[in-house]
Amino acid sequence: MNRQSNTYTIIYSTVLVIVVGVVLSVVYQALRPEQVKNIENDTKRQILAAARIVPENGESVADLYTDHITASYIVNTEGQKTDSNIDAFNVDVAAQSKVAADERLLPVFECKTDQGLKYIIPVYGAGLWGPIWGYIAFDNNGDTIYGAYFAHAGETPGLGAEIEKPKFQDQFEGKDIFSPSGDFTSVAVVKVGKEPQGQAWVHAVSGGTITSQGVQKMLYDSLAPYSAFLKSL
Amino acid sequence: MNINKSILPLVNPLSKDNPVIVQVLGICSALAVTAKLEPAVVMTISVTAVLALANVIISLLRNTIPTSIRIIVQLVVVAALVVIVDQVLKAWNYEVSKALSVFIGLIITNCIIMGRLEAFAMTNRPWPSFLDGIGNGLGYGIILIIVGFFRELLGSGTLFGCQVIPQWCYDHGYQNNGMMILPPMALITVACIIWVHRARNKDLQE
Repeated sequence: MNRQSNTYTIIYSTVLVIVVGVVLSVVYQALRPEQVKNIENDTKRQILAAARIVPENGESVADLYTDHITASYIVNTEGQKTDSNIDAFNVDVAAQSKVAADERLLPVFECKTDQGLKYIIPVYGAGLWGPIWGYIAFDNNGDTIYGAYFAHAGETPGLGAEIEKPKFQDQFEGKDIFSPSGDFTSVAVVKVGKEPQGQAWVHAVSGGTITSQGVQKMLYDSLAPYSAFLKSL
Repeated sequence: MNINKSILPLVNPLSKDNPVIVQVLGICSALAVTAKLEPAVVMTISVTAVLALANVIISLLRNTIPTSIRIIVQLVVVAALVVIVDQVLKAWNYEVSKALSVFIGLIITNCIIMGRLEAFAMTNRPWPSFLDGIGNGLGYGIILIIVGFFRELLGSGTLFGCQVIPQWCYDHGYQNNGMMILPPMALITVACIIWVHRARNKDLQE
């Protein structure tokens, strides 16, 4: 058979691609359940990180999650629990952020800690290169931030990526997102040296201006729909 | 030294024909994944597995591959293997898979792999090709691990995430060198390895 002919080349490449395709789909199907479990565990780790619960050596994230997260539910913008069948854990926060605020499914996780019950709320927004997201834990006055966790898909290491470091995240502790008169003010992320009046603020990451602004916008956009719920606490 | 000729493909790439420090291939990933020892080791295993299997598959197919599309065939085989490695890591070692992120995918473009397929597997039988794959993967890995060792030790004071520099050093003013974590220091470490290697192998000096 002439191995340089067009027919041979076309048949050869077709067969090769089909074989490779079959092998890859088998591998994907076989490993899928394990991967889903890993992703779930990772999400649980992030939720717990907002309430400053970090697994020590050998502790399983799944166990910690069951121990600490006592309830999870979905609220609406009026602050009422909805009786939908959807599990708060499975709500796609990224997709919900594109829905009009008053139609969003707003997941809340109640977390039992040494310092009382905390309410953990997911946030989602855009950084410089891609999505950024996080979880914010509130004290049971519904106003003061107990802890914050941020992560990103591909911000610049050393600059925007610093939002995932404790140095940035720890600043959020103790900040109030409502003004004393009860207006939603969120938390501003400002350049070192600036001190905005009438709202809580933290220092931005130097060199990560766009990412820092992204965090500020993410907090405002994601927390605003929860105003009614947080006030009702 | 009298080495059995059949294992030359395995031994040569470890030193005299090392892909990183002699051929200067695969530098990009060598810089990117060596800030810590663990990703360096996983990357070594991944590249070695991909390279050995790709070498064997290409070597088995070498007499059937149409010359006009041989590079594409090699690429398809490598890409498929890399996707499998990526999926396996996501299932069994999620943390490391997150740390390596895009670099696993970029194994596809690692010049060492395409270079060995084209230069060795296309003209040799499966067994020597397998040895060549293992040899080059390990030759690449040795450098990664040496660089990762020094960068993690001096940059973070840890090895495999365990603290090895005792606390009293820090109490007496020792500080981790943050610069070791940054990519330029990987380049300088590789250069130091090349320096030592050339000094010991006079025939490699230009």
